[in-house]
Amino acid sequence: MGTGEPRDRERPMTSHVDLDNRTFLDSTELVLNMGPQHPSTHGVLRVILKLDGEKVLGSECVIGYLHRGVEKIAENRTYAMFNPYVDRMDYVAAVSNGLGYCLAIEKLLNTEAPPRAQYIRVILTELNRLASHMLWLGTHALDIGAITPLFYTFRDREEILKIFEKYCGARLTTHAFRIGGCMYETYEGMEQEVLAFCDFVEPKIAEYEQLLTTNRIWVERTRNVGVINGPDCIALGVTGPVLRASGVKWDLRKVQPYSGYDKFEFDIPVGQNGDTYDRYLVRIAEMRQSLRIIRQAVAGLPAGPIMAKIPKILKPPVGEVYVSIEAPKGELGYFVVSDGSTQPYRVRVRPPSFVNLQALDVMVRGQLVADVVAVIGTLDIVLGEVDR
Amino acid sequence: MSEDTKANPSTPPGAEKPGGTSAGTPAAPAKPAAAAPAKPAATTPAQPAKPAAPAKPAGPAPEPWTGPLPDGLKSRFGSAIKEASTYLGQNYLLVERAYAVEVLQILRNEERFDYCVDLTAVHYPKKELQFEIVWILYSFSRNQRMRVKTQIKEGEPAPSVVALWPAANWLERECYDMFGTAFEGHPDLRRILLPDGWKGFPLRKDYSILQQDKEWVQANLGIESGQ
Repeated sequence: MGTGEPRDRERPMTSHVDLDNRTFLDSTELVLNMGPQHPSTHGVLRVILKLDGEKVLGSECVIGYLHRGVEKIAENRTYAMFNPYVDRMDYVAAVSNGLGYCLAIEKLLNTEAPPRAQYIRVILTELNRLASHMLWLGTHALDIGAITPLFYTFRDREEILKIFEKYCGARLTTHAFRIGGCMYETYEGMEQEVLAFCDFVEPKIAEYEQLLTTNRIWVERTRNVGVINGPDCIALGVTGPVLRASGVKWDLRKVQPYSGYDKFEFDIPVGQNGDTYDRYLVRIAEMRQSLRIIRQAVAGLPAGPIMAKIPKILKPPVGEVYVSIEAPKGELGYFVVSDGSTQPYRVRVRPPSFVNLQALDVMVRGQLVADVVAVIGTLDIVLGEVDR
Repeated sequence: MSEDTKANPSTPPGAEKPGGTSAGTPAAPAKPAAAAPAKPAATTPAQPAKPAAPAKPAGPAPEPWTGPLPDGLKSRFGSAIKEASTYLGQNYLLVERAYAVEVLQILRNEERFDYCVDLTAVHYPKKELQFEIVWILYSFSRNQRMRVKTQIKEGEPAPSVVALWPAANWLERECYDMFGTAFEGHPDLRRILLPDGWKGFPLRKDYSILQQDKEWVQANLGIESGQ
């Protein structure tokens, strides 16, 4: 292996897509390659589809095009040095990645961020959830054929990125938090700006809904498309809005609260049918819940320090922990093993996108080929996180 | 880590399964975690993921995990359950490889750990049982998380749990891709993130961070080196 022939010809097909036994002459079966350069795969995802006419008989995902060896890098950096790297996994929700990592190391150090830092973290993380859902909505609607939501959501997401930029200097890969708390105090007038943003964006969400929720084309393209039920979600490890849209009321912010989420009042939106339309409704409802949390966090923002007392050089005691948070895409977990030195012995990232993508095959079987695009969109994957 | 001391399995798996060492004393504490210094001060209550106590990092130690679940498993499997501990409020079991699948089956079917959160490995090249396979499980009905670990030698396959949790399919493939640990019974064990023809397993400790499969890079990418 590994010489001469390009990779694709060597790659054995899975049981679903049996290229050796294809019979193009006497049957209607067709193997179609989609991606890795395809606008609706949201990055470099390659899907091999087996089709009967327009009907999907099976699919196989080919991933790894964006593999950077994040977990290997972690073993070769100190705990603090690895912190910015995690932003590069789910780069549209960098703040959530950072929060999960910081919480994991804090757990390993058996410490906790001070209350003010926790509130700042909640504000930024929920803003990031909004930004992530907005980007998802814009691109997902674009994939299905509605171009206007893209402009609307990107316009409003810009306001969130401006707040990030003012807070920590970066718009996308923010590195907003540090192990033990936050690096930066809130800037002058941040609270008012965040509240003003909430007031600004609330009618905008209604505007997105006006464009889509009862739009006949949208409903026809999404209802009963990519259906997955609750037990299947659990068996496949699917989490986040996809799980909730299938009727499972489960959100880590509620069931195992972290970073002070138990102090806020919010609901967990759930769907019933587990189809693309329900997932859209759940995410829209989640955006409103995020606004609720942000308002409470700004109103209750306590005074005090923003950094816990932690040593300059971090040497967590020997041991291992698993800490997970509810990222915009689902359960994002960090399994960290410490050998007592300044560098982690092992960091394992439990990426929600990677695990959720596994459900693609279940969701597209029997659907039309045009629906594959809708299902990839509705899973809300980020390839930087799938491949790491 | 407390497992460090148990690198050499002192007990053969087969013999004492039905009776077991702790069979008669279900409430007795598990094997006290030998390696760590016994500082009972800073351990946190079991359930929630976040400890409320802002205790200083004073070296928390794994404590024996007691309760109906670990005690029941111990009385069933005896010394095949090598360790049942709680560290910082997180529970884990260390199970002998031969019984791992049985234990996982019980956890899935009887104890309702219906969600396989994650599956990964840790490489300890200096130990005889080089790889530690870690299953992270969650139960929706109990709202509880736990980890099951088992240790395997180089070249020895780990049991596959795809039949129990379909979620483990890609997770096992990734683990194989990165560590070269085979999973016995996996329906389609191939590399998933790296190219099929790649040589070496990058998350092993003896694989340097700058190392790469030069031959593959030159043949497939048409460049001297990927660095």
